[in-house]
Amino acid sequence: MNHVGSSPRAADDDKSWSVETDMALLEVTNLHVKIDDKQILKGLNLTVNAGEVHAIMGPNGSGKSTLAYVMAGKPGYAPTEGEILLDGADLLAMPPDERAAKGLFLAFQYPLEIPGVATMTFLRTALNAQRKARGEAELSTPEFMKLVREASAKLEINPDMLRRAVNVGFSGGEKKRNEILQMALLAPRLGVLDETDSGLDIDALKIVADGVNRLRSKDRAMVVITHYQRLLNHIVPDVVHVLSRGRIVKTGGKELALELEAKGYAQYQDEAALA
Amino acid sequence: MNAEVRQIKTDAERALAESYAAAKARLPGAGPVGALREQAFKSFETEGLPHRRVEEWKYTDLRAVMREARPLAGAPDAAAIARAKSAGALVGDIEARRIVFVDGSFVPELSDLKDLSSGLTIRSMAQALTASDPLVAQHLGKLAASLGDGVVALNTALMRDGALIHVAKGATVERPIHLVFAATGETPASVFTRSLVVIEDGARVMLVESHDAAAAHQVNTALELMVGDNAHVDHIKLTGGVDGLVHVSSLMAAIGARARFNAFTFNTGAGVTRNQLFVRFDGEGTLANIRGASLLKGKQHVDTTLVADHKAPGCQSREVFKAVLDHESHNVFQGKIIVEPGAQQTDAKMMTRALLLSEDAEADNKPELEIFADDVQCGHGATAGALDQNLKFYLMARGIPEAEAESLLVQAFIGEAVEGIEHAGLRDALMAAVVAWLKARET
Repeated sequence: MNHVGSSPRAADDDKSWSVETDMALLEVTNLHVKIDDKQILKGLNLTVNAGEVHAIMGPNGSGKSTLAYVMAGKPGYAPTEGEILLDGADLLAMPPDERAAKGLFLAFQYPLEIPGVATMTFLRTALNAQRKARGEAELSTPEFMKLVREASAKLEINPDMLRRAVNVGFSGGEKKRNEILQMALLAPRLGVLDETDSGLDIDALKIVADGVNRLRSKDRAMVVITHYQRLLNHIVPDVVHVLSRGRIVKTGGKELALELEAKGYAQYQDEAALA
Repeated sequence: MNAEVRQIKTDAERALAESYAAAKARLPGAGPVGALREQAFKSFETEGLPHRRVEEWKYTDLRAVMREARPLAGAPDAAAIARAKSAGALVGDIEARRIVFVDGSFVPELSDLKDLSSGLTIRSMAQALTASDPLVAQHLGKLAASLGDGVVALNTALMRDGALIHVAKGATVERPIHLVFAATGETPASVFTRSLVVIEDGARVMLVESHDAAAAHQVNTALELMVGDNAHVDHIKLTGGVDGLVHVSSLMAAIGARARFNAFTFNTGAGVTRNQLFVRFDGEGTLANIRGASLLKGKQHVDTTLVADHKAPGCQSREVFKAVLDHESHNVFQGKIIVEPGAQQTDAKMMTRALLLSEDAEADNKPELEIFADDVQCGHGATAGALDQNLKFYLMARGIPEAEAESLLVQAFIGEAVEGIEHAGLRDALMAAVVAWLKARET
């Protein structure tokens, strides 16, 4: 009932990629998730095609971050029912690293600090692990360095930052930029951005949004999870969903975000409660 | 016979007494050294092997571990010497002067005593004891006697060989000295090595001790280290071995004024290991870093017992000890900082952290502060816990497989202690050893 069709843009792009032309990039079906005996997701359905950017908006506690964690495979976030297919592959059967190698990237709402692990080591280990899992050759040091230099320059990331331990001593904005840098390097099929705008001032927001927009492509999809419409001025979505009380209760175009900004979530919370 | 002598109870204690009685006439050094041995053995006999009811040995019951005492090691055979050629590989390819001891005896053909730099003297302890070297008369057993420690006393009674090193006033020894202690004999034996290192004022040297063992030996090794004023000394001890090995080690150091002293102990497990570090600050204004890391698996047991005794004012000491424990291994850290009356403006901070990779591993941390001065800064911290699951998830969410994610986090954890080693080559070699240990864990 909450099934979403392809946007016109994605339909055009479908012709150009070789894999399973009639299959959605992401297919979430009837997802139920319980955390600590509380039902958070109650039969969520979501279909995202290649080339599309979907926004998922909803009030606090509606299950937005839970959806992100379930997709990425965070321990303790196993669904009780439902299915998540990425290019037809059953994500829920894979550990988090295999999901990443398959093409899923989650930009964390609160990126973690990892003292003692150098940022460059982290980036290189991640990139080469994914390449290895896909049967591709590992990148040489010069190739890798070139890639990082180019990607970080676009995000206005100071090279000094890359010499530090992962996210240690980074400001909130630097951490978010570092997430987008990782997404750029890992070049996923599907990027899930969990509240990427939280904690960002307007300048940092613009840098991050530009970074995300550069990564939009006909072969890639994005799911942008956000509470506020603000981010969607910069990352303009093809489809907007309203998530309330564990279900998608409304789906529309980008104008839906503006309507939410004006009217709030109250009407949807009532609808979800009645459903 | 002294009335205080306790009735010897255990088979091991009886065997040690028999070994001592049979060997004392043949052990190197007569006259005053013989008297020193005799006195030390009496002192050992009074208490016997330390056991769990002795507070300092609460977690490492040596009496229970040593059901029997191995016979004293004889001169090493050709096979043991051949095996010792590859001993001490943990230091990697750092350029160091190797001085090799096999089954407790100095082996000249494996040792490099050529072209000693000006001010550096190295000789075998057995030779020095026999020849009544003045350094022996001046220093040997002095620090040991001040501690009244039973296993050190046993070492003094039965010491056979080791290194005697002297670095003259103001001399800089550029090339690290690597003391290779290889217990490579096939028959389990008791090995007693004793070294004395005297670093005069303003001298500089780096000393690496590596201990390997190929069989279930009982090794008791001790080092008395005198560090002069304004001297700069690095001491690194690397210990490994096989299951069934009992390794008891005592570092006794007395540090002069305005000196720099860096100590590091690295344990990759060896049956039961007890590392005792007694560091005394005799002069003011000294900076000391005393660190260590242990990587344990199986049923390995490593006990690090540290006493940092601040006798002089204005010294700074930093103690950082890390342990990673897998399977049913057991790590013990007992760290005591003493600030004696008058040792004002002491700044001492101790941290010990254990990372448990298994439900069955055990970490015991016992920090103690004894402060008798009022103008000091002292602190300690202790943690024990599992790997941070959120950090592991973050790494895995980037495509890093679980084993590799754990490996990165463990390297980061140990790295905090290892990075205190000043020698870059040795630092890299130890981190490579950490990676190898983690790799072995995956298979």
